[in-house]
Amino acid sequence: MSGKIRAFPWKGLLGVWTTLVIVLALALPMVPQPRFWYEFPIVPGLEDKARIIFFHVPTAWLSVLAFVSSMVYGIRYLRTKDLRWDLRSASAAGLGLLFCVLATVTGAIWAKFSWGTFWNWDPRQTSIFVLLLIYGAYFALRSAVEVEEKRASLAAVYAVIAGVVMPFFMFVIPRVLESLHPEPLVNLEGSVGGLPAPKLQMNGTMLAVFLASLAAFTGVYYWMWTLRVRAAALELRRATEGENRD
Amino acid sequence: MSAPVHTGRPSWIRSALAVFLKDWNSELRTRYAVSALLMFVLTTIAIVLFALGTEGAPPHALAGMLWVVIFFSGMSGLARIFVTEEERGTAMTLQLTAPPSAVYTGKLLFNLVLVYAVNTVAVLLFFFFIQGFEVRTVSIFLVTLFLGSTGLAVMATLIAAIIAKANTKGTLFPVLSFPLLLPLLLAVIKATQLAAEGAFFAEAGGEFQILISYIGAVLTVSYLVFDYVWKD
Amino acid sequence: MKVEARGIRKVFNRRVIFRDVSFSLEEGKVLLVTGRNGSGKSTLVKIVSHVLSPTAGSVTFTDGGGPVKGAVARHLGLVSPYLQLYDEFTASEHLDMAMTLRGLRPDPAGADALLERVGLFPRRNDPVRTYSSGMKQRLKYAFALLHRPAVLLLDEPMSNLDAEGIGMVRGVMDEQRAAGILVVATNDLTDLERYDERVDLNGGKP
Repeated sequence: MSGKIRAFPWKGLLGVWTTLVIVLALALPMVPQPRFWYEFPIVPGLEDKARIIFFHVPTAWLSVLAFVSSMVYGIRYLRTKDLRWDLRSASAAGLGLLFCVLATVTGAIWAKFSWGTFWNWDPRQTSIFVLLLIYGAYFALRSAVEVEEKRASLAAVYAVIAGVVMPFFMFVIPRVLESLHPEPLVNLEGSVGGLPAPKLQMNGTMLAVFLASLAAFTGVYYWMWTLRVRAAALELRRATEGENRD
Repeated sequence: MSAPVHTGRPSWIRSALAVFLKDWNSELRTRYAVSALLMFVLTTIAIVLFALGTEGAPPHALAGMLWVVIFFSGMSGLARIFVTEEERGTAMTLQLTAPPSAVYTGKLLFNLVLVYAVNTVAVLLFFFFIQGFEVRTVSIFLVTLFLGSTGLAVMATLIAAIIAKANTKGTLFPVLSFPLLLPLLLAVIKATQLAAEGAFFAEAGGEFQILISYIGAVLTVSYLVFDYVWKD
Repeated sequence: MKVEARGIRKVFNRRVIFRDVSFSLEEGKVLLVTGRNGSGKSTLVKIVSHVLSPTAGSVTFTDGGGPVKGAVARHLGLVSPYLQLYDEFTASEHLDMAMTLRGLRPDPAGADALLERVGLFPRRNDPVRTYSSGMKQRLKYAFALLHRPAVLLLDEPMSNLDAEGIGMVRGVMDEQRAAGILVVATNDLTDLERYDERVDLNGGKP
């Protein structure tokens, strides 16, 4: 991939950054009236359990980022028919599925803390669940096609169609679900176009740790993605080199 | 064997119509799709009937049930036009003769006709057999039925083309279709509920907007990506 | 009309079927494609027919310097064991579709004459499901010739045919050779006496 990135010890830095984020997220005290810079404001009803926000929101963000990434690489494959784009697309989708499962689970835990039930059918939970279905469908499709080139084409097309239908989720689900189902008892969270957005009050420190966590997770995602791509690229190169030798 | 003078320039519309007529005539002759589909609709409605028992269900729930029946009927019958071509090996015959967009258009037309026919029957059966299902604003209901059926056919045709090229076609079809049909299903269920309540036509305007833009978007994408699906 | 293939390569599930196939044909020319079973003859024919995409390389149909007007399908006829017909339709209906699917106006008179030529006229209103394999092969010829394509591709031209059928095919090949481009893929070298170019897919791996 890129020699420059390998030379710069970004993984070590990422490790330190992430550790710092986790420590701060879990250790900084939550008090009703934060006076010191290192204190978080308390969220009534949730207290310490609100810390899940540092982990839940990044996973949801990553599942969307991975999906868009998968779609973009899929389009590149359709244009060039170069399988290296397809392995980038599939690697992104695989990570997207992982983070989507994490997001659904952490979201359900948060729902349990906030409203007492794991599943609420509020717009956010439904959106992330639908994204999970799409990922599942994507991999079901991939596993059902044996010919590599066809698999890549069909998967890319499905990603594109899903991408086109996505905006409809963002607008339809909030609009329709709010009236189909009753409002949750305690609505602490808001919704920005179907994506989770915390409405709880954050002070400067909390916001900083939150954004740092977002950055850390994105870095970890990128690292995992490059690992997968490199492994798959090596395997592809080895297989095609075998035929070139003749 | 030089080029003939009397057959004229190839017409895309003639190709698309030829594809449609081929499927139409084939269906008239064998009647595979229609009979299976109608039996499926009948069976599903019977199941709903028995499940509801004597108590019935509130009109809101019945609106959802109607579209559940329509969705599964669609899943049972809309993939046929592509799957049979692959199974019989005649896909290559079409690839050899007709332009991809004409193939897609012809088959979409067929699925549209199929969906309109089957859904009309499903709705009539629903009114007939399911107690408590009533529609107060008929205009909303008819428009919803039309737009919903159209959207279902448009999306299902494209997904059908995709799964026809895969292995486990039968189970894959609903798995791929459901998440992408969800915006459509939510909108039509909401609109049907409005019709059941007796809302004014304008109140369903938002849902109609969603349905029309959904159909437009999926149709556009279909024409853009169909080549990649259809050609090997 | 010219058919040019440049550096065609086909990889299927990481196995190279063939690589670097090139040829250039114009009217009056005949291409012979030979190779063992499984060497990719039919695959190459499908690629030239634009029914299968090559992994690399290209096949272009040009007419007087520029690309052909209209779809390639208009100028191409294919007879192949892989070409399937519709069981529920009759021979006449197939010939109707041969034109309409390509976007052309049907030619009932021409169709009848062609059915006569391939020996199917008496059975023209019977569905293909009642045909023998030899009759299906004859119908494939009619299906490929009705629109008088400039390029005719025959994969295993004599398969399933009796002596009479073989004679019909030789007549077709002679006519096509005279005024168009003919591509024949076969294992049996007696199928074709004269040819101008040859692609042998046995070359390379043993």
